[in-house]
Amino acid sequence: MAWLTEFGAIAAMQAFNGLSVFCVLLLMALGLAIIFGQMGVINMAHGEFLTVGAYTTYVLSGLTLHYAPSLQPYYFFLAIVVAFVIAGALGWLVEWAMISRLYHRPLDTLLATWGLSLVMQQALRSIFGAREVSAELPEWLMGSFSLTDAIDIPRNGLFTVAVTLLLTGGLFLLLFRSRWGLHVRATMQNRVMSRAVGIDTRRVDRMTFALGCGVAGVAGAVFTTIGSTGPTAGSLYIVDTFLTVVFGGAASLLGTIASAFAIAQTQSISEFFMSGSMAKVLTLSAVILILLLRPQGLFASKVRK
Amino acid sequence: MMTVLDKYLGGRQGTLGLLVLALLVLVVFPLVLDAFRLNMVGKYLTYAFVAVGLVLCWGYGGILSLGQGVFFGLGGYCMAMFLKLEASDPLSTKIQTTPGIPDFMDWNQITELPAMWQPFHSFGFTVAAVVGVPVVLAWVIGLALFKRRVGDVYFSIVTQAIALILTVLIVGQQGLTGGVNGITDLKTLLGWDIRTDQAKYLLYFANAGLLLGCIVLGKFILASKLGRLLLAMRDKEERVRFSGYDVSSFKVFVFCLAAAFSAIGGAMFTLQVGFMSPSFVGIVPSIEMVIFAAVGGRLSLLGAVYGTLLVNFGKTYFSESFPELWLYLMGGLFIVVVMYLPNGLAGVWAKHGPRLWAWRRARAAKAAALEVQP
Amino acid sequence: MHSTSRGITRRWALGAVALSLLTASVMAPRAWADDANTTGLAVTPSEVTVGQLHSATGTMAISETGSIQAERLAIEQINAQGGVLGRQIKIIQEDGASDWPTFAEKARKLLVNDKVATVFGCWTSASRKAVLPVFEQQNGLLYYPTFYEGLEQSKNVIYTGQEATQQILASLDWIAKTKGAKSFYLIGSDYIWPRTSMKIARKHIENVLHGEVVGEDYYPLGNTQFGSLINKVKLKKPDVVFAAVVGGSNVAFYKQLKAAGVTSAKQTLLTLSVTEDELLGIGGENMAGFYASMKYFQSLDNPNNQAFVAAFKAKYGPNAVIGDVTQAAYLGPWLWKAAVEKAGSFDVDKVVAASPGIELKTAPEGYVKIHENHHLWSKTRIGEVQPDGQFKVVYESDLIEPNPFPKGYQ
Repeated sequence: MAWLTEFGAIAAMQAFNGLSVFCVLLLMALGLAIIFGQMGVINMAHGEFLTVGAYTTYVLSGLTLHYAPSLQPYYFFLAIVVAFVIAGALGWLVEWAMISRLYHRPLDTLLATWGLSLVMQQALRSIFGAREVSAELPEWLMGSFSLTDAIDIPRNGLFTVAVTLLLTGGLFLLLFRSRWGLHVRATMQNRVMSRAVGIDTRRVDRMTFALGCGVAGVAGAVFTTIGSTGPTAGSLYIVDTFLTVVFGGAASLLGTIASAFAIAQTQSISEFFMSGSMAKVLTLSAVILILLLRPQGLFASKVRK
Repeated sequence: MMTVLDKYLGGRQGTLGLLVLALLVLVVFPLVLDAFRLNMVGKYLTYAFVAVGLVLCWGYGGILSLGQGVFFGLGGYCMAMFLKLEASDPLSTKIQTTPGIPDFMDWNQITELPAMWQPFHSFGFTVAAVVGVPVVLAWVIGLALFKRRVGDVYFSIVTQAIALILTVLIVGQQGLTGGVNGITDLKTLLGWDIRTDQAKYLLYFANAGLLLGCIVLGKFILASKLGRLLLAMRDKEERVRFSGYDVSSFKVFVFCLAAAFSAIGGAMFTLQVGFMSPSFVGIVPSIEMVIFAAVGGRLSLLGAVYGTLLVNFGKTYFSESFPELWLYLMGGLFIVVVMYLPNGLAGVWAKHGPRLWAWRRARAAKAAALEVQP
Repeated sequence: MHSTSRGITRRWALGAVALSLLTASVMAPRAWADDANTTGLAVTPSEVTVGQLHSATGTMAISETGSIQAERLAIEQINAQGGVLGRQIKIIQEDGASDWPTFAEKARKLLVNDKVATVFGCWTSASRKAVLPVFEQQNGLLYYPTFYEGLEQSKNVIYTGQEATQQILASLDWIAKTKGAKSFYLIGSDYIWPRTSMKIARKHIENVLHGEVVGEDYYPLGNTQFGSLINKVKLKKPDVVFAAVVGGSNVAFYKQLKAAGVTSAKQTLLTLSVTEDELLGIGGENMAGFYASMKYFQSLDNPNNQAFVAAFKAKYGPNAVIGDVTQAAYLGPWLWKAAVEKAGSFDVDKVVAASPGIELKTAPEGYVKIHENHHLWSKTRIGEVQPDGQFKVVYESDLIEPNPFPKGYQ
């Protein structure tokens, strides 16, 4: 009987692991999905906005430790907000300076933002140095809840799940229940008509892009609890992010969620039964096979030209 | 004869341009540069194969593949497998547990040459595989995506995903592929030592000759009816389709052609540099190669070569002198070229070149007129 | 850092020129100069040029920065002591940009165009494999600082880091003895170094320690999700987790271990791939109580090391940390100087011939000696991670003979 309870405990933890991998993938992909889905723009510098969020957290952790050590347990909430604002503002700037001039040439935005990512990486390296840094995390984020003797639920995992749920919910409300969201969707469906009915489509574009970048910043802040912070950290995530968005069908937010879930579960379950490397190859092969059979991804029909 | 040249090489100006490039690559570089720098130029020229292919499929076909590194890499790996087998004869690998197989297999406890490697004992098969394997892959991808009319941007991302997956596969299957290290320490081609200066000169010329051949082939295709159809497709795909043409087949064709060019470049790279590694297959090199084409001008086959040379010279120069600045410059170059010079150097030349020409001619005419007057 | 070393070089160069003029009048210096350099290297009567080839940009810059700094420090100190054979050392630094073909190209440039007398460089096995044919063909000399998988021995390379058996066997013996460990879980990033290391570890565990390997797992480089792995470890309950995870994955791995409640109180963990450099990114508090097996730790208590750490901090700031590879990189220029002076020449063949048997009693790690097989005799130490990001040395082995082709472990 003992092995059964143990098996149950492992199954529970494994299920939670699948859930947290799903949330990580989704967090990464959300910003990209918004920008690509709503604007048709591919932001290759997405990973670097993520890194900006991570470094913001690092800087803030240093500042609180230095100036207000008593607030150290709570700075992380502030860090998330500030990461959102800084990455968002940066995105706003980039949209104004670069993207807005390239809307009629989507392939070129891809190349230009790639250039941007090189510049941002080197800038981060010049400012913070090439070495990885570690943000001092509040104690309540580390460690785990022991539900039973055998089941440990990591706190940072729970935190990631909570942030993801809030963020995704918020985005859905924003896009499908707010006036602004209506404008965004209208612009996406028919730019000319939207302008005709008085929507400031330029402003909508700029805000959408900034929002996507801001979400990347939040993801970056959250990832300091589970991963590394370095100038090229964003490039570690960007690859999975793109796969998630493509697999989901690039224009659909729901597709992104479904694809993040599918990839996360496949990966997490197969990792349990084989070496991590083989699991990755298996997952990727499945993704590519399905993409070849159904190139438009799981959910999108709009990309058909 | 003259009319054939006119028709297929782009008239007097086109032929002249090709001759100038041939002169530069075949005469000027070998005379001016020492063996080391010439070998470097040779390496850059292998990237130019990819850029030339990209001009065809991106500039004219409107298909931006962000996975050309896959084909470059596959071509290179096929060649590397042949060379590695030749370098791993039982005598020179006798300290291994299993002599006669490549060293990295021995490190990975493989005791028998895998079936996948067997055919690469044959040089004929290798040459066929260098072009064949990438083309078949391009054909499958192209068929799957274009027949379903996947959009431009989407195609780019899928090719990128493929580049990523292939990298992970190569790195992960290190017993078969050498993993991150790649296939290194290649020595001879059919018994001929490829590491000597003399061999490097010969390979350089073979490489340059092949590149010029690819450019001529590209020009020939662009001048044919197919070339005009490609242009028409890029600008109004629906109309070409409604006129009864099978658009997707043309797209698949030009994608396969670009893949074949890249693969030849990859194989020549392996021969000249002496190894192949997964760092050419991934996303980063694939996108860098796009920028070579973009800098040169996405509509100019010759421009692609100049773009490749220029960016790589810049990279070498700046990374030797100011390594910190290099990434800023490279990134800045991407942004500036894409935003302000969509047709690259060739566009600048087309705009200002003739004017320069005309201005000089006008000045000459004026001078002549002045001479006549008194 | 560039300008200061150049300034010092210049000042010393003046001194060296004056000195050589002085000697010139006494003892026909031409013949002497010719002896020191018969193969056309970039050596003048007052100066010798060496190359430095690491990644200053790209993903590997994180790791290689320390090596660049240590080599520069060593060269500066050598110059301040009067240089090598009366010549000041001039450095040409090239950036490998974390890209193996670039490494090969730059290695060629250093050897063929710049004709450097030696090169200090490379970090990853992949970059070393890429430049190796170039060094062998051009008959160059490379000092390679990283601990690595072994299975290699080149006339043209001196390996100043440990090869796999040196790093692994003694530490496994220690952990089996002091912790009574019988079952091991092996975890690594998926490439040649971890795989070879784990292969050696497995043979040692099974054949010598008569223990059991209950799991062996490899994750792709750059992987950031270790949840499933951690669950597997919890299920198998090994006495020891033996880890060789590298790069960005490292940080993710240890943060997630801590988050899942797998701390040193519950689980013994021994790693081959965490130095003070990596701890900077992981955070000492996330790994406290785990063990690392290295030949050098910054906290080593001996006069050589205290002087080294002080000099390093004086040059690169009080917060600079020094890891195993950084120290091994620091040895390179000193070993080269000793070999050149023993040979009385910069010629690569003569330096190589003189190298075996070269000792360094001033090494921060204590004492090292170059073996016939071009690796170093060195001790292996086990450090326990402290929350402040340093290690407490809990074990020190005897001097271990390097054995890059271990019989019975292949």
